Amino acid sequence: MDEKTVRKIAKLARLQLKDEEISHFSVELGSIIKWVEQLSEVDTSSISEISDSKALPFRIDEVTDGGCREAVLANAPASEFDCFVVPKVIE
Amino acid sequence: MTDLTDLTISEARDSLKTRKISAVELAKAYQGRMAAHKDLNAYIIETPEIALAQAKVSDEKIAKGEAGIMEGVPIAVKDLFCTRGVLSTACSRILAGFKPTYESTVTTNIFGAGAVMLGKTNMDEFAMGSANLNSFYGPVKNPWKRKKDDKALAPGGSSGGSAAAVAARICAGALGSDTGGSIRQPASFTGTVGIKPTYGCCSRWGMIAFASSLDQAGPIARTVQDAAIMLEAMAGFDAKDSTSAEMQTPKFENALSVKDAKGLKVGIPKEYNSEKLDPEIKKLWESGAEWLKKSGAEIIDISLPHSKYALPVYYIIAPAEASSNLARYDGVRYGLRIAEAGDSLDEMYMKTRGEGFGPEVKRRIMMGTYVLSAGYYDAYYRQAQKVQKLIIRDFDAAYKKVDVILTPTAPSAAFALDEKPTDPVEMYLNDIFTVPVNLAGIPAISIPAGLSKDGLPLGLQLIGKMWDEETLFRVGGILETAADFRQGHARN
Repeated sequence: MDEKTVRKIAKLARLQLKDEEISHFSVELGSIIKWVEQLSEVDTSSISEISDSKALPFRIDEVTDGGCREAVLANAPASEFDCFVVPKVIE
Repeated sequence: MTDLTDLTISEARDSLKTRKISAVELAKAYQGRMAAHKDLNAYIIETPEIALAQAKVSDEKIAKGEAGIMEGVPIAVKDLFCTRGVLSTACSRILAGFKPTYESTVTTNIFGAGAVMLGKTNMDEFAMGSANLNSFYGPVKNPWKRKKDDKALAPGGSSGGSAAAVAARICAGALGSDTGGSIRQPASFTGTVGIKPTYGCCSRWGMIAFASSLDQAGPIARTVQDAAIMLEAMAGFDAKDSTSAEMQTPKFENALSVKDAKGLKVGIPKEYNSEKLDPEIKKLWESGAEWLKKSGAEIIDISLPHSKYALPVYYIIAPAEASSNLARYDGVRYGLRIAEAGDSLDEMYMKTRGEGFGPEVKRRIMMGTYVLSAGYYDAYYRQAQKVQKLIIRDFDAAYKKVDVILTPTAPSAAFALDEKPTDPVEMYLNDIFTVPVNLAGIPAISIPAGLSKDGLPLGLQLIGKMWDEETLFRVGGILETAADFRQGHARN
């Protein structure tokens, strides 16, 4: 896998990687991809990827939980006015 | 009686019930032993106040005749389970300081049955690993050592802390989780019993997610009977997990009352027997088949033709699900946040995740993101799902001929901490016999069955039909008796 692809995937996954990680992953991911590519030799033309197992149950669309703002915010790295605080997103 | 920590769960339960010992005494005995074995690094946090408070309640319940099936039994909890008010990090830096405000269903169930929590155990970060070397809290030492040297050995992974704690008798039993072998492989490395039940047996609610279609909780214990007692206490339908099965949990312990294998057909899959298989492991496997034959079982050769594709399928599907599950760690709602003044939201995400995740987790997020990305989805993810279906069909066909399948649990005994393969693919091969089970959603148990020439434990795996844990406990009990494995051989 070339380093350009590694950088693109890292951006998609929101992972800041150091230069040495980029070159490392380029080799390692390349060899893992090569290894999993053996799956292409299996004939799956008659197989659908939809699961054979029975469908998951539905539930009634109603509120079953809530009113626990304090608990929801308890582990936030930063919160204010009963909200999560994030860096400014509007220019 | 020499030491209370020598009691199995079933023995402790009987001594507690007849008031020969108290739950508080038992918890204190374990705490004493934990203090003497800190070097193993099996626990990342100990919870002595909780343990003693729970034990006191257990003593009161026992006195009133209201004991649950795990009443007063001290256990260790893998750090993957959310425990209210107690640090729960999946051994990742990104969850540093996270104290859930809720309790997982599995821990709610087992504490409801009377179990006492000694602490949280070490694990591979987000359960990704087969040696417990990927933990933010450092490696765990296997209580076993080779005859020939004094090197610290890996306990296996990812439930390495739980397995080491059970083997070292610094808990009576422990909770684990298994996505590709994370209960069974460490059980094999530490001479303990570990079962991954059928997908949907234990609720995943409050269990930190790795690959949701494969993750299942299960126990690690010293005996098959103890594992049966623990699983019964953990399992059960839970409306909060949509994949939880709506069914009554059987009284698993009763399955052990059948002491022979009469009428059972045991399959030996030829694909698991490669030329590369360690002769020691092969010999143990043959002994296992011989023991079951003597016990009345019929041994039948079977074929699981797509076995060799299980690992590559797993290393597409599991990272794909992980990359999606782990997207929630963004530095906003919980855990670590890394940002400098003036950073944008995106920069905060990237820095937090770049520094918060360890190398193996990043590797799998990258792999998962790649196989799901535009242009590659069909070639990798879709094809993997189709091959997974063929693997499931292999098992379906096999179970038309046999009741249970016997294989080795792992291709080797425990290796030293400094002997870990540097190539990720080579490391992944550790799970070659365990991964197909998760892909098929069926149950499997690892039973300690013998020692290697170096004096290290080796496990045999029994793979069952969907929802047939009872046959695994029955046949596991037979293997356990025949192998006459002594956990006391651990040098610790």
